[in-house]
Amino acid sequence: MNHQHLFEYVLQLADNANVLSHRLGQWCGHGPVIEQDIAMTNLALDLIGQARNLYQYAATIEGKGRTEDDMAYLRDGWDFYNLLLTELPNGDFGKTVARQFLYDTYALLFYSELKNSPNEMLAAIAEKSLKETAYHYRWSSEWVIRLGDGTEESHRKMQEGLNEVWRYTDEIFQPVEREKILIAAGVLPDLAALKPQWEEKVRAVIEEATLSLPEAAGMQYGGKTGRHTEALGYILAEMQYMQRAYPGLEW
Amino acid sequence: MNVTQIYKLLASVTDPEIPVLSILDMGVVRGVEFSEGIVKITITPTYSGCPAMNEIEKNIIETLRLAGVSFVKVNTILSPAWTTDWMTEEGKQKLMEYGIAPPLSPSADKKALMGEVRQVTCPNCKSKHTQMLTLFGSTACKALFKCMDCLEPFDYFKCLR
Repeated sequence: MNHQHLFEYVLQLADNANVLSHRLGQWCGHGPVIEQDIAMTNLALDLIGQARNLYQYAATIEGKGRTEDDMAYLRDGWDFYNLLLTELPNGDFGKTVARQFLYDTYALLFYSELKNSPNEMLAAIAEKSLKETAYHYRWSSEWVIRLGDGTEESHRKMQEGLNEVWRYTDEIFQPVEREKILIAAGVLPDLAALKPQWEEKVRAVIEEATLSLPEAAGMQYGGKTGRHTEALGYILAEMQYMQRAYPGLEW
Repeated sequence: MNVTQIYKLLASVTDPEIPVLSILDMGVVRGVEFSEGIVKITITPTYSGCPAMNEIEKNIIETLRLAGVSFVKVNTILSPAWTTDWMTEEGKQKLMEYGIAPPLSPSADKKALMGEVRQVTCPNCKSKHTQMLTLFGSTACKALFKCMDCLEPFDYFKCLR
């Protein structure tokens, strides 16, 4: 394990939180009802906080004087290591709930393990994020059940949402080179061991929601190594526009 | 200036989002130390994305500077993670008077947020005949409730543990 592996890995976690936060933030003013509009922006705010903690830590590891803002606003798409799942377009509310539920279930299990990491900074960030993630999971799993076990239309849309994002879930559990190294060094929990726990938790909620587990076909990979869907470019164009157009701009 | 006096000054620094609570009432201050002529104050955020943290740090430095303490360092830690258990009883009382229902114990909180038991007290008329409207509210730390007796909506400060 060297600094570069840890640096890129911390960015990977930060990018997940940052990109997903940006997607949720896009619901601001467009939510199906005001309470859920507020809920999604609350989730986005927690995720921004988690991303900031991680970007600050990444900047410290790198030690080249870059700041959290440089990490978020001045890197290009191929230097972003977030999961493809987190960058998927919002679609309808059902698809957003599906994406959030599958991510939250993973984040809940992952942070529960990461908080025991011998890396004190990662452990502290995980301990803090875990409390917030537990609340996010409560929100997203409740909505899967409410929509799935709701009307004919909500059931159909929830099922379609799950079907659409499902092919982006296996990437979570397939370690790339830097993750293999960090897992071997004992810094990270074993991702492969989390998968059955994730599947069991997801299955239980999907069954309660009277939905069916989508078929595992055509799984997509690449986000963790900087190979993204076309969606990420649009997110970065929106997120980074001000700093690119007016370098060093401050509010 | 000694540690007790510093704490007295910190008691006048309030949470910008809930101005009736001091940062001591909130349990955000985790330690005060003197070393080599510098006052080192350790704080912890309530939530990762709490936008009040930068403001709190500035206010601490400003308050101490006005009292003649110019060498101040504010250090933010994440672990142990903040819990509503650290909020003082006095703080909970002030919240209630301000119109925000204070956090319940964790087991009661879960039941209240799941809608199983009605035990969140309306800060307006003190009825327990209240209902949760949504898990999220005006800030990351609150949920929105409604009183079924006086019909006023109100914020409930969520238990975080």
